[in-house]
Amino acid sequence: MTHAIEVRNVYREFQQRSAAGRVRSAVHAVDGVTFSLAAGNVLGIVGESGCGKSTLARLILGLLPPSSGEALVDGRSLAHMDRRERARLIQPVFQDPFASLNPRQRVRDIVGLPLASQGDLTKRQQTDRIMEMLARVGISTEMADRFPGQLSGGQRQRVAIARALVLHPRIVVCDEPTSALDVSVQAQILNLLSDLRRELGLTYLFISHNLAVVEHIATEVAVMYLGRFVEHAPTQDLFRRPMHPYTQALLASVLTPEPALGIPDVGLGDAYPDPTDIPLGCRFHPRCPKALSECRTLVPDNIRKDGRLVECLLAAST
Amino acid sequence: MAPVLSIANLRVSFPRMEAVRGVSLTLRGGETHCLVGESGCGKSISALSVMNLLPRSAVRSADHIRFHEHDLLAMSERQMAWLRGDKIAMIFQEPMTSLNPAYTIGSQMAEVLERHRRASRRQALDRAAELLARVGITAPGMRLAQYPHQLSGGLRQRMMIATALMCDPEVLIADEPTTALDVTVQSQVLRLLRKLQQEMGLALLLITHDFGIVARMAEHVSVMYAGEVVESGPVEQIIKAPTHPYTRGLLNCIPVPGMTKPGEPLGSIPGGVPHIGRGFLGCGFRERCPMAARECAEPVHLHDAGEDHFYRCRLPPDWKLDASP
Ligand SMILES: Nc1ncnc2c1ncn2[C@@H]1O[C@H](COP(=O)(O)OP(=O)(O)OP(=O)(O)O)[C@@H](O)[C@H]1O
Ligand SMILES: Nc1ncnc2c1ncn2[C@@H]1O[C@H](COP(=O)(O)OP(=O)(O)O)[C@@H](O)[C@H]1O
Ligand code: SF4
Ligand code: SF4
Ligand SMILES: [Mg+2]
Ligand SMILES: [Mg+2]
Repeated sequence: MTHAIEVRNVYREFQQRSAAGRVRSAVHAVDGVTFSLAAGNVLGIVGESGCGKSTLARLILGLLPPSSGEALVDGRSLAHMDRRERARLIQPVFQDPFASLNPRQRVRDIVGLPLASQGDLTKRQQTDRIMEMLARVGISTEMADRFPGQLSGGQRQRVAIARALVLHPRIVVCDEPTSALDVSVQAQILNLLSDLRRELGLTYLFISHNLAVVEHIATEVAVMYLGRFVEHAPTQDLFRRPMHPYTQALLASVLTPEPALGIPDVGLGDAYPDPTDIPLGCRFHPRCPKALSECRTLVPDNIRKDGRLVECLLAAST
Repeated sequence: MAPVLSIANLRVSFPRMEAVRGVSLTLRGGETHCLVGESGCGKSISALSVMNLLPRSAVRSADHIRFHEHDLLAMSERQMAWLRGDKIAMIFQEPMTSLNPAYTIGSQMAEVLERHRRASRRQALDRAAELLARVGITAPGMRLAQYPHQLSGGLRQRMMIATALMCDPEVLIADEPTTALDVTVQSQVLRLLRKLQQEMGLALLLITHDFGIVARMAEHVSVMYAGEVVESGPVEQIIKAPTHPYTRGLLNCIPVPGMTKPGEPLGSIPGGVPHIGRGFLGCGFRERCPMAARECAEPVHLHDAGEDHFYRCRLPPDWKLDASP
């Protein structure tokens, strides 16, 4: 069986100039990621800002070539795929619903653009598809004639989702689709994405730094740290029994609305990760509350067991 | 205990809209009071009203805004400027816009003390270094010589907190101080705020849209919707027994880790925030409210639910949704 997404040992570096404009250093944005995602599943990716989530999404979407390794979608490399075919297979939904919509186009034209560039439907058929899609995401016929500036943030994100789905792609890559939205609107969008997945049998790659959101929507979760997946497990397993110390710290820092519990001390210290200077040994060791002395020199193996993956020396011994 | 800060019936309007419509709240020494609500509901504008830092096009009025017994409405801009950054300090929502990229951290921090306390540059820098250490920044001497863009988001936010504390304020207003930060850094910054507050007896007005932060930080919470406080009271009570339909809806929308049931939709509030123009009457939530009735288009009064808990809705405190089991 071919996987919806298959990523094999992908690396991506960027050259960065220092403030003085001289010294160049390499940013290791994605540093050896391997995974496969079966059709119909939702992979949630969590991790701190700058850990490489969006870069990975762009690599998978074919918007950025890898420095090495390969990303296959439906068993094929997007780089060699015709643009129109690619658009029917995989589509992105980005964080900022305002920046991603052309302010001078009406909603119906924004949603219709992918259809028009396919060129295989009559005008009439296109209009029907647009209206069907807009109805599905809860945008009224009246709103179809508006410009993005005349919509609320949640309505704009619905339009962006309609545009992504109008070609009936099989895979959707959502990069922080609800981060710019209020919780009440976030709930609307999450419910919409879940319904659409059920009805249309979609596969999602869902990036977020909100663990509660990911737990709600994902069937499996990958935790990313400095360019790598340090843990990857089915959602329930990861939330019930996090194995990597970084996953444990992330879960401990979620503030549930329960009064009187106070603010947890997650014990990560102040050594902020720097993707231009990845620590030797375990890349998490400068912040790890459980670090052993060998963590400074030994690179943890990729431990796979019970259907999950963990990169930690402690996991090897248990 | 007498409140340190008290706002009564604050109204702020812009030419095309009413941003704040009769907000009242009080803040006591050592207390954390959270202001929560949907984006655009008037949280920041309420805070800026206290500081008298509203945009020029805004018109402010109130029955009073008091700091102890001083009425801030009656103060000249010179007196306000003296109070700002001294007795009442504020951390702004966008730290980069309130920092000057052309000056070092040290000179921006020192300037506060030089202006308010006529301190020398030397004394001011010493105090700045002391406060940076206190907010958990290692090697403060080095940080003082750096520029804002050279700091990470978490460090920058701590530096903003340290700057706000330069003159030992009694009131600290923090507008979404951790919204832009990662969850791990957020915990560090919030722990720090809590610790400083306990040590210094600060009264903290904390603006957020995150009920997790409210639950963990505040004693008291005011929920805003469309320019009004629709519910306010002790945090435990509001979270365990929310009364206003908006507060109930909001709490239902939040995915809580460990409580997710696969396949079950989140609660949600349909629709969006209305435009509130001049002469708007009645409940601002009625277009989205499952309990809306004809009388909700009439002015709605504040109800007392006991124990310092108030809400603005026609319903009794123990109302139930008919459809719910
Ligand atoms: N300069 C301005 N001119 C006109 N309207 C304004 C101006 N500044 C704010 N407003 C309006 O006032 C209302 C309240 O704004 P405020 O910034 O207090 O919202 P907020 O609750 O803090 O929102 P957010 O969470 O998005 O920051 C909003 O509807 C906003 O659009
Ligand atoms: N075009 C680029 N040039 C240089 N560095 C980049 C570029 N794009 C991303 N990076 C860096 O790569 C790292 C990962 O970025 P990104 O994937 O955007 O992070 P996030 O997890 O926040 O989405 C960051 O350190 C970022 O600054
Ligand atoms: S390998 Fe060592 S430093 Fe790395 S996560 Fe495991 S215990 Fe921590
Ligand atoms: S006053 Fe009416 S519309 Fe407003 S919250 Fe109460 S029931 Fe709903
Ligand atoms: Mg990103
Ligand atoms: Mg604001």
